[in-house]
Amino acid sequence: MDIEKRIQELRDRLKYIQDIFGPDDNSNVAMLEAKLGEYVAREPGLPKQEAVRQLKTLEELFSFLERKLERDLKPMNKVRIVRHPQRICLKDILENVYDNYTEIGGQDDYSIDPSMLIARAYITRRRGKKTHNQAVMVIGQEKGHGQEFRNGGSVKPWGNAKALHYMKVAETENIPIHTYVFTPGSYPIEDYPGAAQQIARNLYEMAGLKVPVVAVISEGGSGGAEAIGLADTRIMMSHGYYSVISPEGAAAIEGRLRGGQRAEPKLIERCAEQLKITADDNRAMGYVDWKISEPDLGARPEHYDFFRKLRKSVIASTDEIVLNVRGLRLFRAIALKRRKGADVYVRWNLDARAKERLVWMRYMKYRKMAQDAYLDKRHWLSRGSESVGELLTSLYSYFRYDLFGKQHKKVTELAEDVHAEMQVVVGRSSRYWNALMSKLPFTKNKSDVNKEGLTSLSAWDDGEQNNGKWQYVSPQAKQDRAVTCPNAAVHGCLDQWAPDLFGEWAGVCSFCGHHFPMEYQWYLHNIFDPGSIYEVFSEIESANPLKFDGFDLKLDEAKRKTGHKCGCMTFEARIQGTAVMVALFMGAFRGGSVGAAEGEKFIRAMERARKKQLPFLSYVHGTAGIRIQEGVNGVIQMPRCTMAVRRYTEAGGLYLVLYDTNSYAGPVASFLGCSPYQFAVRSANIGFAGPGVIKETTGMDIPPNYHNAFQALSRGHIQGIWDRREIRDNLVQSLQTMGGRNLYYR
Amino acid sequence: MIDVKELLRELREEPYEKIIIRAPHSGKVEFVTGDVGAQVVGPSGTWKEKPGTLLVRLEREKNKKPIFAPQKGEVMALASLDNGRFVQAGEELMTIRHYLTREEVIARILRRSLSLFPAPEKGKYYFVPDVDIKVKTKGSQTVHVEEGMELFILSRMKRETAVRYVGPAGIIYAVYFESNDSVDRDSPLIGVCPENQLGQIQEVVRRVQTDWEERD
Repeated sequence: MDIEKRIQELRDRLKYIQDIFGPDDNSNVAMLEAKLGEYVAREPGLPKQEAVRQLKTLEELFSFLERKLERDLKPMNKVRIVRHPQRICLKDILENVYDNYTEIGGQDDYSIDPSMLIARAYITRRRGKKTHNQAVMVIGQEKGHGQEFRNGGSVKPWGNAKALHYMKVAETENIPIHTYVFTPGSYPIEDYPGAAQQIARNLYEMAGLKVPVVAVISEGGSGGAEAIGLADTRIMMSHGYYSVISPEGAAAIEGRLRGGQRAEPKLIERCAEQLKITADDNRAMGYVDWKISEPDLGARPEHYDFFRKLRKSVIASTDEIVLNVRGLRLFRAIALKRRKGADVYVRWNLDARAKERLVWMRYMKYRKMAQDAYLDKRHWLSRGSESVGELLTSLYSYFRYDLFGKQHKKVTELAEDVHAEMQVVVGRSSRYWNALMSKLPFTKNKSDVNKEGLTSLSAWDDGEQNNGKWQYVSPQAKQDRAVTCPNAAVHGCLDQWAPDLFGEWAGVCSFCGHHFPMEYQWYLHNIFDPGSIYEVFSEIESANPLKFDGFDLKLDEAKRKTGHKCGCMTFEARIQGTAVMVALFMGAFRGGSVGAAEGEKFIRAMERARKKQLPFLSYVHGTAGIRIQEGVNGVIQMPRCTMAVRRYTEAGGLYLVLYDTNSYAGPVASFLGCSPYQFAVRSANIGFAGPGVIKETTGMDIPPNYHNAFQALSRGHIQGIWDRREIRDNLVQSLQTMGGRNLYYR
Repeated sequence: MIDVKELLRELREEPYEKIIIRAPHSGKVEFVTGDVGAQVVGPSGTWKEKPGTLLVRLEREKNKKPIFAPQKGEVMALASLDNGRFVQAGEELMTIRHYLTREEVIARILRRSLSLFPAPEKGKYYFVPDVDIKVKTKGSQTVHVEEGMELFILSRMKRETAVRYVGPAGIIYAVYFESNDSVDRDSPLIGVCPENQLGQIQEVVRRVQTDWEERD
């Protein structure tokens, strides 16, 4: 081989190593650099044979030190590996893992969103004399090798919509889906269909996909990863990362940096370590099923062995999923369990019963996750009694709604039909009969209906709302001061006296209607019937599962300040006599961020609502997103809670969401955003990423009203905007109109 | 016709604009920005959403309201008031000196020396087609206008009306509107300059472009 070419190869290897270990001082990297430099200087004067011999030694030294450096890899080095332009990308995988593929709806930058790549692919297997062509739908983010137009794998909402569309196609065609997660996070654009809303839609639909889904994670950045990552089996590449936020983002939050300041490399490094983002960490926490080992210092397109290994893994995972839900599996399942990558032939299409089982197993898989990430300090006796109580409720629910309820419904419907038929027959003759009867002197005229009430126009009710008779009055109303409306410059609102504004006017500017933030207690006392709130699952407590530095103190502080153990309050309550189950996310507890405890409470509340057949209301008093200090334990709540929502909705439940103040990111992009009925209190802000994050990631300035509720309404995120003083009436109205005749349950 | 040279001399003598900050309402005053000579900046951001330097806080009924600098400049004079003094609405608090930029000086000279034709009503304005072609190909300064000439098309609510030019004859020196933008009533559309003064104005503008020293 030509010496020059081999030297160039070594230069490339050195460059890659320097990129990965860039800012760190590493003696091995320095040594490689020096040795290569020396050799290049010496080489022209050496005889050919000697030059080749020394070059060989140098190559061996490179391989040796690469192995050594592999052991030195820190999480941040791995982050640099996955971000490197030489990292394998989805096109490489399609070329090398699958036997044949057709890209769908995209040719480089000519595509609805070039960062989302869809391909219909084939895997060919030979068993005996027979060749089996097995079709799969491959979906994933494509970064390309340094291709600018793909936004580094950050998918725009329509890219996720495209992915969802082809997942549905795969479902129709009954072929498995292989997804490849190569994204640092979703693109935070808010045009229709909205970044958050589309991810929520994807999660909701994926929760019920009736085909096997295998996800392979290389770079899993939060919401963007979840949009295609909800899978029956998740495989993670050994040099990949899967995290709630990029280490830089976490450092910016931890260091309280604002306005585009850069975090210090040390802090970034520490955050990367504390977030537990590597494959081993995620494997240990149970958020990925397998780890697939990569070559030293990460897989690059020339590592053909790795692609072979990846091929075996995805095939084996798909086989395993199918065999687990299929009736006949016999020895093949055992063989697969024993030896990962055992090549046995399994047909990949499922029958109706297997599909049901698949969805149920997927739900159970996610339901069991993150059970160690929250605290439940109750005595085992009280836990036991709760389990017994739940069992009894389930039994009651079964008899009341499934066994008796169904028959009751059938009988009622039949009776209604019979009655309606009778009316047709009787109606005609009764008209004559009534006319005759009314003419008789002794019959009374039945015109005691309230004619005035039916014919006059409705008027503003001056009674309760305007006379300051709120059940709960905000402490802000006790301050003797004037308050200026933020819209004063535009609308010319005059200053308002705090006791008026926060007391009588419920925090609504009487000139322009701007809603000042109110405490969540205001809603608890003024919306639900007095004394009807019955809190449940209050013992579930937020914890610090990753032992994040200083987070225990912050949690204790939040617990002390709010008097709650986590940021989600779940309770049963009544609104004008109608019982509802409510999950309240309070902004006062760590910004309303959602972690394992909040997610668990939400799911339990959903399950309770399903059993007791109650409508469910998510009242979001404010949420900043997923709690970053809990890492993946927080992110995983997105699919977990969404699956619970789907299960509840499919059982016939009515799920309403009401946003107040500011609601952003993960929760909006999953279990809140997937509700078909979402409303916002006026002056609320709803979105995927805050203005700071948008500026940071896309470099774009956004208009000041970008996330405002009216914008969200015009984009189709929410279905209506409510005045705070009318929330109670509107909720009653919604329960009656959306809940149907039975008020709360279809 | 105004004496342009005299105007320029005036501007050179006082190359700034005085902005007087007055109390928008009564209240106790608290000065935040430093003493005379302190630099202030005006609102920034694409939508001017970031307020300028905080100058004064005015407290009324325990409501501290900030007053921000409306323009870039330096504090020229401060009212001799102690912090905590009660002021009436409209009382002078401070004066900011905003140094004129080259563009602002030229705009001032033009506004004063040209005869401006204001928009007769609110709407979108376009030049009539033949003028439009001339403006686009050769520039506005090749267009000669005379009183009564049909010059604009006013487009509003799906109806188009021809607008005739009223004012002294001359050439169009400056165009103050963009096609497709809505123009408010009475805001200037074009500035017209008599042909014999064109050279003089061009000379002044050139001199401002080269000689005017901008101050930060």
